Amino acid sequence: MAVTIDDVRHIAALARLGLTDERADLLMTEMNTILGHMAVLSKVDTKGVQEAIGVGAQGLPVRDDGGAPIPLARSLDAFAPALRDGFFIVPRLSTHESAEEE
Amino acid sequence: MTEPIPTGTAASLQEHTASGRTTTAATVDSALARARDVNAGREGLNIFVALDDSYLQDHATVSATQLTDTEPGLLLGVPVAIKDNIATLHHPTTCGSLILGGYVSPYEATVVRRLREAGAVPFGKTNMDEFAMGSSTENSAYGPTRNPPAPDRVPGGSSGGSAAAVAAGIVPIALGSETGGSVRQPAAFCGIVGVKPTYGRVSRFGLVAFASSLDQVGVFGATVDDAARGLRTIAGHDPLDSTSALLDVPDYHLAHRRSVKGMVIGRPKEYFPESLDPRMRARLDVALEHLRELGAEIRDVSLPHTGLAIPVYYIVAPAEASSNLARFDGVRYGLRIGGDGLKGMYEATRSKGFGPEVTRRIMLGTYVLSAGYYDAYYRKAQRVRTLIADDFSRVFASGVDVLFTPTTPTPAFPIGAISDPYEMYMSDIFTATANLAGVPAMSQPIGRVGGLPVGGQLLAAHFQEEKMFSVAYALERALGVGASS
Repeated sequence: MAVTIDDVRHIAALARLGLTDERADLLMTEMNTILGHMAVLSKVDTKGVQEAIGVGAQGLPVRDDGGAPIPLARSLDAFAPALRDGFFIVPRLSTHESAEEE
Repeated sequence: MTEPIPTGTAASLQEHTASGRTTTAATVDSALARARDVNAGREGLNIFVALDDSYLQDHATVSATQLTDTEPGLLLGVPVAIKDNIATLHHPTTCGSLILGGYVSPYEATVVRRLREAGAVPFGKTNMDEFAMGSSTENSAYGPTRNPPAPDRVPGGSSGGSAAAVAAGIVPIALGSETGGSVRQPAAFCGIVGVKPTYGRVSRFGLVAFASSLDQVGVFGATVDDAARGLRTIAGHDPLDSTSALLDVPDYHLAHRRSVKGMVIGRPKEYFPESLDPRMRARLDVALEHLRELGAEIRDVSLPHTGLAIPVYYIVAPAEASSNLARFDGVRYGLRIGGDGLKGMYEATRSKGFGPEVTRRIMLGTYVLSAGYYDAYYRKAQRVRTLIADDFSRVFASGVDVLFTPTTPTPAFPIGAISDPYEMYMSDIFTATANLAGVPAMSQPIGRVGGLPVGGQLLAAHFQEEKMFSVAYALERALGVGASS
């Protein structure tokens, strides 16, 4: 299951990472090397073994599905890259390219 | 008249502060002076990414209530350094990354609040591998941290700045975080104590998530007692973290009262391979002999799936990271770089904001979770993870109280010496198992190899940190405090 340059491009798009050609080539090599070390797992007999779903003796206790928002010590505009009327402002989607930017 | 105590233990600082022999302000001044003396700044050891002297001097006070309480806070007057992925209200929280450059959290981590409530002073933010991904603190946007006992070498990682702050004698306690060994490995490399609690023992509210089924806040201490007091202070249930356990927290700093006589110490053969440096083996044998002389039974045991931990870890952790780090996209906080439309902004922001190791792990994680590869990699890894956890359950159920192993295969390596990613990943070979199984583990100094500190690792069953500390206290008494210093 060698990773190809097309795989790298596809994965980068899924992960929303822009890559130069040089970086994509390097990542392809690195990913193949690293994943090559993972091949040992395919030889392990895991028939009937459950996937790990919690690692503590307590499992994952479920809390009430509710509660108040966590109070913030400073307002959104103290850290938001762009904010208007309490909303985060982002560039328009490409499907709305004809619309005016922001 | 008060007396500054620059390198006191947490217990002595607390006692001196409570009795009025010193003040928190004097202690903070001493710690700041120590930071200058050891050249902790960017051009020197590069321990801190944020350390606001004037803020600390202005706010290094404890309330009259804390001073007049019949039982003063366990860390009254103690400065505690904080890893840069733990949210604080004054200093920025950047995770050592450009993508969070200058970001100041609007809320405070529960562990930091608990430190303050116990009278401690959160003392600056420490350097780290970006988003805790690394084993050397070379992957920081702010440059590498140097190992105080050997400045040409790495301090380990990812919590290298916190380890260095303690090893340099600036603070007696520091907080780090653990995902695969990021507290224990740097503790071993720097000659100090480092503890990873049981998964669920400490609240993660305010810890920036890397791999949620593995992450835990951990504690560094100059001594076993410092680490025990630090953990006692921050542990316990937190309604703001649904993974924190509803269990009482023992007084770990009283664990020294329990003798190790009659305890069973397991020696897992997989952690003592033929290839282990004979000098490292000799240090471990000396430690085990001390425990035997104190009345512990040393028992050879096996954890047969240990050798699979690194492949499992480097599938599970990147998979979870690829999901957790999706939130850093330039929309709500942190860096934003404009691009062609919304998608272009995402890609430009993340490509410029993340460093090479974080990018590599996001790519790996996205790949192993993607259609066609999920079963072969992620599902398989989670099944093998069960086998690794079962190894521990079986050994502890057989009557073993605590396991004893090396923390790392080697002492600290020179800065820049390891460029191959997988070779770097192998630094976690003896530590990642505890994170995968969720059990508590700690590293303590056991001596030097080639003039460099090395650590011995103790592991216990879930929520049995107290047993681990009892053994650690006994070993420290036998070997001497700071056996690697």
